[in-house]
This record gives sequence, C-alpha cells and structure tokens, in this order.
Amino acid sequence: MNVLTDNFSLYGEGLLGTVELTVYASLLALVVGFLMASFRVAPVASLRAFGTVWVAVLRNTPLTLLFFAVLLGLPRFGVVLPFQLFAVLALGCYTSAFICEAVRSGINTVPTGQGEAARSLGMTFGQTLGAVILPQAFRSVIPPVGSTLIALAKNSAIAGSFSVTELLGTYKTLNELGYSIIWTFVWIAVGYLIVTLTISAVFNVLEKRWGVPR
Amino acid sequence: MAVDPLIELRDVNKHYGKLHVLRDIDLTVGRGEVVVVIGPSGSGKSTLCRAINRLEPVGSGTITLDGQPLPDEGKALARLRAEVGMVFQSFNLFAHKTVLANVSLAQIKVRKRGREEADKRSRELLERVGLLAHAEKYPAQLSGGQQQRVAIARALAMDPKVMLFDEPTSALDPEMINEVLEVMQQLARDGMTMVVVTHEMGFARSAANRVVFMADGRIVEDRPPEEFFTAPESDRAKDFLSKILKH
Repeated sequence: MNVLTDNFSLYGEGLLGTVELTVYASLLALVVGFLMASFRVAPVASLRAFGTVWVAVLRNTPLTLLFFAVLLGLPRFGVVLPFQLFAVLALGCYTSAFICEAVRSGINTVPTGQGEAARSLGMTFGQTLGAVILPQAFRSVIPPVGSTLIALAKNSAIAGSFSVTELLGTYKTLNELGYSIIWTFVWIAVGYLIVTLTISAVFNVLEKRWGVPR
Repeated sequence: MAVDPLIELRDVNKHYGKLHVLRDIDLTVGRGEVVVVIGPSGSGKSTLCRAINRLEPVGSGTITLDGQPLPDEGKALARLRAEVGMVFQSFNLFAHKTVLANVSLAQIKVRKRGREEADKRSRELLERVGLLAHAEKYPAQLSGGQQQRVAIARALAMDPKVMLFDEPTSALDPEMINEVLEVMQQLARDGMTMVVVTHEMGFARSAANRVVFMADGRIVEDRPPEEFFTAPESDRAKDFLSKILKH
C-alpha cells in the first residue's frame, strides 16, 4: 500500500509522461486522421491512393514494429529527435489510420444528396467537406474516435520499452526497490484509469453537446 | 425559338456499365426558355438533367453552357456550377443548418458576400417563396413542400443563369405539390431559363415552351406542349400519354 505514498513523485512523473504522450499523439492522430479521411474521399485519384496506402501500411503494422522503425530507422536517415518525440510520431501516425477510417465511416453516413447540393451550388471540394459533410459526419464519429484515443492512451505503454518516461515503465524501478509487484501494478492500473476515464468523460460531453440528431 | 442558345448538348452518350442511359442526345435550350422533360422511369431524363451541371459525367459528346464547354472536376467546374441552380427530388437541404443559413451558405462561400448582405438577400428570397417566418427553423421542422421552396430559394440566391429541376415534386404529398409548382410558374413568368424533369403534365402544358419526351435514353419528341399533348407523333409517346392521362 505504501508503494504509492513512498514513490509519489515517481508515479507522478510516469503519469505525466503518459498524459503527455497521449495528448500530443492524439492531436497528431486527429489532424492527420482527418486529413487522410479527406484524401480518401477526394476527387483526385493520387490523393485517394495516398490515403489508402497510408491506412493500409499503418493499420496493418504492429505498433511495436512501428516504434522500432521510427526509433531505429529515422536516425539512420539523419533524423535525430528526442525519444519522446519519436514515440509521439509513431503513436500518432499509427492511430491516425484508425481515426481516418472512423471519420470516413462517418462521412459515409451523410446522404450523398448533401454533397451534391453543395457542389451544385458551386462549392469546391474543400468547402463541401468542411461546411457540409464533416459537420454532419462529426456527430456519428464521436464514439469511435473516443474508443480509438483510449486505445492510444493504453498503447503509449509501449513507449516505456524505448526509454521514454511513462506510467508502465515505473514498475521496473519499483520492482528493483523490492515493492510488492501486485500493488505496484494496481496503482499503475489506477493511473491508466484516470487517463482513459478522462477521455471517456470528455467524449461523453462532446456526444451530449454535438451528438444530437438533427 | 433557340436563337440565343444557353445550354447545348451535342451527341451526348452515357453508359452505366452495359446500360446505355443516354443515346446520341442533341438538345438546345435557349435563353429564357422553359423546357420540360418527361418520359417513363428509366428513360434517362434525370441523368440528362444531372449531366448539364456534371453531377453525372458523360461518356462522350459535348455540353456547353453559355458558350463554355463543361470543364473537368475542379475550380472551373465549381465556378460554372454556381451559374446553374439545381433543385433535387429529395430537397437536399443542409440538415445541420437553419433555413436562413441554408440559403446564405453558398452566397458567403462561393459569391464571397458578407454575412449581412447574404442574409438580407436570403430573407428577400424566403419572402418570395413565402417562408420568411420559418427562417430560423431547421429543415426537418418543415413540410416537404416548404423544404422544396427553401431549396428553390437557395438555388436562386446564387443568381443562376439557368435552373435545373430534377423531379421537384415527385417526393411530395399531393396537397404540397401546388405550392411548389406556383413558385416555379412564377419563375417561368419572370423569364428564368429552366429545364424541368417532371411528371406534372399540367405544369408542362401551362409553363413550358417545349416538351422533350424521352424513352430508352433517346429524345423521341421535342415539340411545343399543345402539339405534343394533343397530337403526339411517336407510338412511344402515344402509349405513355394514354397511360398517364387516362385518370
């Protein structure tokens, strides 16, 4: 029990690391995910192909492999960044593939007539997507995007194996110090619950606010 | 009539897979003319209407609008579409926006009008279609006939050179059809160039300059309404008219 009170700052640092990874990677995943979704429905064939390849590659690669590719691969091409930034890149790009597909399924729930009406009024693809399609798709996209971001928070644990400070990684130190492994993990689990339940709560609010049917 | 052609289709063909939906279509619509397209289901009349603003790309042939050939996808096509108003069978009002915002949106985005100027114009048009009182409602709160009148106002807000109507009354309850037809009659009297795909023979008789009868992807007859309705030339048109005018 005293494993938490004795090592509060260690847990705190770990939790902060996980929160940072989650927030930054989520932002990256959302931005790239929306961009890729718009690529996948664009009238330009090369953009559609790019989006499709992006999703196919990132969604079908094990995340650990992706971490290896980013953390070991990029430095070979002279890209040297802090490990935390590499971890955000790997997590964010990986998750963006799932966000993209969630957004695209939301886009598909909007009747085609909505886009046709917008185009018939002379609105460009970008205007049609931004002012007519996405605002209506947003509603049905909130729950799956929430789930995807919760998965991201939990996936951030992999970063611990690549010397990034995060919550799960704290167990190594605590184990060496001789604390009960069970209680160590119980408090780590509580830490993850704090993060994931916060995400759930945020998305519940979003759903109440924006998820109302028209 | 077609002294000053606004829309010209030459040798237009389109296939859906093996189905040949538009066969060698030649059609000219003059400025200020009201052309009503009628015909049995699957005759290609909706496809013809949607081809004019390239919502349906055609396989071969040329379509020109005001002397300009239809551009491929992109900004040039968007500019040209702004000149062509379109009214759909299923209204297609933007479900997440109020009636007023529906009419103002493209004015702001495409015509680059300020919000106040756009809203002012929108209110004028809503008044014209008799729906100013409903400006702050959402489309789902309106009846079908009211929604379609808003859709007409929305298309008119772009000050289009021509209006396309793709079966505008087919999804309406009978009692709401007239309120929409009246707005269209008024437009026709004001000299708007219109292409109207419809089953409303009364409207065709009273408002059209020409009736185009389509069957199996072809234009079978293209004549003034009185001639067409009283003395159809083709067997296909006779057959069609005998079926719909009986009741």
